[in-house]
Amino acid sequence: MFSNNDSIGKTFFVVIALCLVCAILVATAAVQLRPKQIENKLLDSQKNVLAVTGLLTEGNIKELYTKHIQERLVDLNTGEFVDMAPASYDYRRAMKAPDTSIRLAGADDMASIKSRANVAPVYFAYNDGVESGNLSAIVLPVHGYGLWSTMHAFLALDNDGNTIKGINYYEQGETAGLGGEVQNPKWTAQFVGKKLLDESGAPAIKVMKPGNANPTSAYEVDGLSGATLTSNGVQNTFDFWAGAKGFAPFLTKVRDGALNNG
Amino acid sequence: MASAKEIKTVLFGPIFANNPIALQVLGICSALAVTTKMEKALVMGIALTVVAAFSNLFISLIRNHIPSSVRIIVQMTIIASLVIVVDQVLKAFAYDVAKELSVFVGLIITNCIVMGRAEAYAMKTGPGMSFLDGIGNGLGYSVLLLIVAFIRELFGSGTLFGVEVLPLVSAGGWYQPMGMMLIAPSAFIIIGLLIWVLRAFRPEQVEKA
Repeated sequence: MFSNNDSIGKTFFVVIALCLVCAILVATAAVQLRPKQIENKLLDSQKNVLAVTGLLTEGNIKELYTKHIQERLVDLNTGEFVDMAPASYDYRRAMKAPDTSIRLAGADDMASIKSRANVAPVYFAYNDGVESGNLSAIVLPVHGYGLWSTMHAFLALDNDGNTIKGINYYEQGETAGLGGEVQNPKWTAQFVGKKLLDESGAPAIKVMKPGNANPTSAYEVDGLSGATLTSNGVQNTFDFWAGAKGFAPFLTKVRDGALNNG
Repeated sequence: MASAKEIKTVLFGPIFANNPIALQVLGICSALAVTTKMEKALVMGIALTVVAAFSNLFISLIRNHIPSSVRIIVQMTIIASLVIVVDQVLKAFAYDVAKELSVFVGLIITNCIVMGRAEAYAMKTGPGMSFLDGIGNGLGYSVLLLIVAFIRELFGSGTLFGVEVLPLVSAGGWYQPMGMMLIAPSAFIIIGLLIWVLRAFRPEQVEKA
């Protein structure tokens, strides 16, 4: 068909044919594997919620999750529940889209997250199963900027909406071995039993210089050694999400007994 | 098809005699990034081997039809498509590892080993041998990655494939981990030392001063 490989006709033919073949290949792979990938993502998130409440055991994650966890959406501005199906809500997208989030700037944006979704998911954990009605933990998704990356975590609170039951950093890109230790269960174990808010309802967790935390204090934890900026990021994350722009309106409602009626 | 001896050279030569990292010093960037854990290094090695083998195969199949003016772009298109497919497969079937490898799977596209073999070998050789050459170079890359990851994970975290080998002080054991091993510069040092060891045993690899 073509006498010369380098003719313009042949060049165009090869490039276009190749692009078509590759496009079909890539598109097929992406479409065929998408359901499996979405399922993986969902399972991963469910696993992290279960892990932070201590309900993660061997076995089917999906079953454990449906048995123990109830997911609801909360309007962060008012602290009221929102009537929407949690499964169809994309929190990551909502926190960036201008019509579903508020912009944060200056002193408001202490966790350096730039914008915050108006509606956030919260997870209610029931050790004896959802239908028992015995709430054992409230799990809040929190995130804030560390040194290199936005660090995402689930924070589990006792049903008083104040005592910390656990924190699980499940997504971060900090320096491995230094800031990356935010994921280390030995480090996050310090948070268990601390109080998120002080008596006046202000954010109270203090990430101290390593070794300076008073073990009897209800608010102090040791920072990560060699990772001051990551530790500051954790501090900022707590200050923001426990504050007025974060989950404070919702947590106030929790303490006032909002959960008893619903 | 080539003789058995030639196949052996193409397949196993790149492991020590002509290692893409140690001798050709290609693909260093990802070797720094994914060698903090054995598991990551293994998955990355497999991913790169698959991409190198199949990109060599496809490029070799159409090598007589590739216009030389756009040959790099043609190679890139094939490599990039394969990398995306591999990335999608990892996300679907090995989600946890895929999450840790994050951008580095995508960066196989720019890995000089894949491009280098496509340009230097697959453009001139038949598909069968090119495929083996891709596997061979992938193996060479994987072996070096695993050696580096072995050293870094063992001394940096006291584990191998996530299994505790040296009990850490922070967990009540006796081993104080070397934090240095977990940051990128240690991989430079280890790869440098490996090249030294390799060339001490194979003086023919030493470049003339």
